[in-house]
Amino acid sequence: MVRFIVRRMLQMAGVLVVLSMLLFVWLKALPGGPVSAILGERATPERRAALEAALGLDQPVYVQYLRFVERALHGEFGASTAVLPGEDAFQVFLIRLPATIELAIFAMVLAVALGIPLGYFAARRKGSPLDSGAVVFSLIGVAVPVFFTAFLLKYFVAVEWQLLPVSGRQDPSLDATRVTGLFILDGLLTREWDAAWDALRHLILPAVALATIPFAIIFRITRASVLDTMDADFVRTAEAKGLTASVIRSRHVLRNAMLPVVTVIGLSLGGLLAGAILTETVFSFPGIGDAIYQSQRDKDYAVLTVLILASAAIFVIINLLVDIAYAVLDPRIRTR
Amino acid sequence: MSATIRTSVGRPPSHGPLLSVEDLRVTFTRHGEEPFKAVDGVSFDVHPGQTVGLVGESGCGKSVTSLAIMGLLPKRGNHVEGTATYEGVDLLGLSDKEMRDRRGRDIAMIFQDPLSSLNPVVPIGVQVTEVMERHRGMSRKDAMPHARDLLERVGIPDPNARLKNYPHQLSGGMRQRALIAMALACQPRLLIADEPTTALDVTIQAQILALLKELVQDTGTALIMITHDLGVVAGLCDEVNVLYAGRIVERGDRHRLFARPRHPYTHGLLSSIPRLDSPRGEKLNPITGSVSDNLPWTSACAFAPRCSHAQEDCRVQTPPWEWENDGRGLRCHHPVEAEEVGRG
Amino acid sequence: MTTEPSYAGRRKERIDALAAHSFDETAGVSLIVSAWRRLRRDPVFLFGLGITVVFIVLAVISPWIAPHDPAAAPLLDKVRPQTNPVPGPEPGFPLGADDRGRDLLSRLLVGSRQTLVVGVFATIFGLIGGLFLGILAGSFGGAVDSVVMRIVDVMLSVPSLLLAFTIAALAPRPSQTTLIIAIAIIQVPIFARLLRGSMLGQRSSDHVLAARALGVKKSAIVFRHVLPNSMGPVIVQATLVLAIAIIDAAALSFLGLGSPDDRQPEWGQMLGRSQEFIYDHPHLAVYPALCIITVALGFTLMGESMREALDPKTRR
Repeated sequence: MVRFIVRRMLQMAGVLVVLSMLLFVWLKALPGGPVSAILGERATPERRAALEAALGLDQPVYVQYLRFVERALHGEFGASTAVLPGEDAFQVFLIRLPATIELAIFAMVLAVALGIPLGYFAARRKGSPLDSGAVVFSLIGVAVPVFFTAFLLKYFVAVEWQLLPVSGRQDPSLDATRVTGLFILDGLLTREWDAAWDALRHLILPAVALATIPFAIIFRITRASVLDTMDADFVRTAEAKGLTASVIRSRHVLRNAMLPVVTVIGLSLGGLLAGAILTETVFSFPGIGDAIYQSQRDKDYAVLTVLILASAAIFVIINLLVDIAYAVLDPRIRTR
Repeated sequence: MSATIRTSVGRPPSHGPLLSVEDLRVTFTRHGEEPFKAVDGVSFDVHPGQTVGLVGESGCGKSVTSLAIMGLLPKRGNHVEGTATYEGVDLLGLSDKEMRDRRGRDIAMIFQDPLSSLNPVVPIGVQVTEVMERHRGMSRKDAMPHARDLLERVGIPDPNARLKNYPHQLSGGMRQRALIAMALACQPRLLIADEPTTALDVTIQAQILALLKELVQDTGTALIMITHDLGVVAGLCDEVNVLYAGRIVERGDRHRLFARPRHPYTHGLLSSIPRLDSPRGEKLNPITGSVSDNLPWTSACAFAPRCSHAQEDCRVQTPPWEWENDGRGLRCHHPVEAEEVGRG
Repeated sequence: MTTEPSYAGRRKERIDALAAHSFDETAGVSLIVSAWRRLRRDPVFLFGLGITVVFIVLAVISPWIAPHDPAAAPLLDKVRPQTNPVPGPEPGFPLGADDRGRDLLSRLLVGSRQTLVVGVFATIFGLIGGLFLGILAGSFGGAVDSVVMRIVDVMLSVPSLLLAFTIAALAPRPSQTTLIIAIAIIQVPIFARLLRGSMLGQRSSDHVLAARALGVKKSAIVFRHVLPNSMGPVIVQATLVLAIAIIDAAALSFLGLGSPDDRQPEWGQMLGRSQEFIYDHPHLAVYPALCIITVALGFTLMGESMREALDPKTRR
């Protein structure tokens, strides 16, 4: 178990090192170099030289890389030029993070709450209209680009029928109190019910759009896994023992069938991060995804670097947690 | 000896059969394909305390027979006919719920691959106690000491620790012992063992067979032993049924059948086993061909294409089931004569 | 069975399961033949194949059947930025025009070419990269193998669209080429792992052993025996990857990471541009989106049913 976690952590460090090298090489290769990126094209030669020395650009490449890593570890990436001009890039990340957390959690809850039961019932009634329909729906769900789902929801629900807000996280006129940065939670904590309700209304459409692909994946894996498990030898053993159908279902089928599903939830979380770029853009939802898009479009390199590294880090940390959850659930790994 | 295991020594087999299988037929039907007769009119009796062997190659219908008796065939894609009367009740006519009440309590079953037959994420202890919870109305807490005794009874060392173990932490032999313990948990009167030693190492095989033999003798449980291995039959069974292509082709008392096989298939099976006491230089006689050469039973002897004794009538006429005067049954036009036996 | 629980582990498992199909009893060409025999009657496969064939044919002949030049603006005089930014349908222009007065139908038709080009090239480059790494790892083994596979595993452990976005965003100027490269790179580890797994499995297979015993050169074995036997899984994976490539390309294009030159129409880019007029003229978004969905669905259905046909578990 400990060895398992240590191995996963080493893997995670590997991902971050490779990504940081990639980003470092890229920053060096920017037109005009990082100096122009930070100061702009029209900086005076004196200021350029001063900054070059300050950034240690006269040093050998590996020293520069190590300094880059050192500064990255301290959260020093420079100032934002476009997303929140003048703000420290790492601060931009911290400001934008809660919105994406709120969105991702809500989307994941939706995907899990719908995908697992539907997958299970589809497997139990394999070949039925419910099963076939759900399979077709999940296949289409994977083929529809997230941003198009987002667009359809926005167009019909928000614009045509005006049931939910079009964009943003909360109506600014409510002037809600901030505690954690998670607006729904804040509203509940401060008993500003209208603020919590408004934040929830803003969250629904982006979350539904974002949830489509993880839902499709979780549904399909649950269905396949339950089908596989129902055919397993140990389920036949349980039948031979004369156990009741409900015990066989819960103790023998579900407990085993859920293992791959837990893994796939980790996989879907990766998809959520990528999908957030598209969904947040469509709904102008001020989270990390929207900031990644803006910083790329407006060449705010400091912010882009932070966000890419941080997204990767968040992703590997979540995966580590999923792995640990898996190990806890599966005695074959726990007792290794 | 624990209190949970019945100690009566084998009752005399004179009270009539415990299980009587009559003309069992199982047909697999798959959409768009020819129906396949996996079991084609099998009849046999099992008396209390008796050990009956069902022997044959894979695909001969022996496992399907046992699954049909247990009501464990898939719900769709097959058709079961005939009767399997257990203590006066036809098991094949029972509802799903009635059959569920009997499985594990009256009739228990152990399977071929002990690793895949155990739930990988549930501790051994729970997998043993759940049978007692179900059929004897015990709580898990009350059933645990019984489970411990059972594990000890089937020869698992340190049973207290093993109760908390998961299947992957046990060796192959220990897993099969654990499965046997589960099967015995409610003192069934009939135990069906489907190739219980095939997936195990040779030395472990012998241990498991010895254990089964001992348990059968101690508890008086009747046993249906399903195997392709005549060595297993020789050491364990009172009566042997040899199956070929879904039908029983020869039946008899173990000693007589081994001493004097009458059906060329049985004869072939026996003479394809290497023996230490056979004369030097003697060749083994494997049966040639494969199951795919079979003829249909409806108008021929299915074994004819692979049979060394086959004549013209074997290919055009179904051999009838005939009782020999020593209580043996045979389905063959041209059985092996006594003087041929031993020449191989 | 030791399952690898992680995200990368899950992806690895899927790839390895597919690779395993290249060395079971009926490997190589005969495997494809037997799979084809079953696929011929599979409605899901035929539906996917139908979509794919129509799409490819349209992409090839589109310049000749498109009623107008997709770059020309015959309806430019009908574009009124204030009152009528997007001219509607009229005779000769069944779907109307876009905001620059260009025929929408022609742009959709010709746009299929770019989608096909991006999908096919990204997949081919990904395959070549994967082939290179896979052969490197599979035929040298040892240290080379572990180094290559570690890199591949690291790449597999990052969500692919995020990686593609990063690569495309790193390019100084977005273009069709950077888009293809970004999407090709995320396919490399998938193919590398697939081919390496397939090669390792076959190294001990009878016909490869026989060839080695006869003294056939290593490279000849790889190219004449091992690779042909990996064809089935590679074709399946390539089909599925094509669908992903098309969707990912559309997503990157939508985010402005595709070609900025809109004289060459491309569905993802058309979809991205349509955002400006989305409330009043949603059809500008709906048409290209439906095209992308249909084509991606076609490749997915084809790939999934081929995967099933190759899977020994479903083969009876």
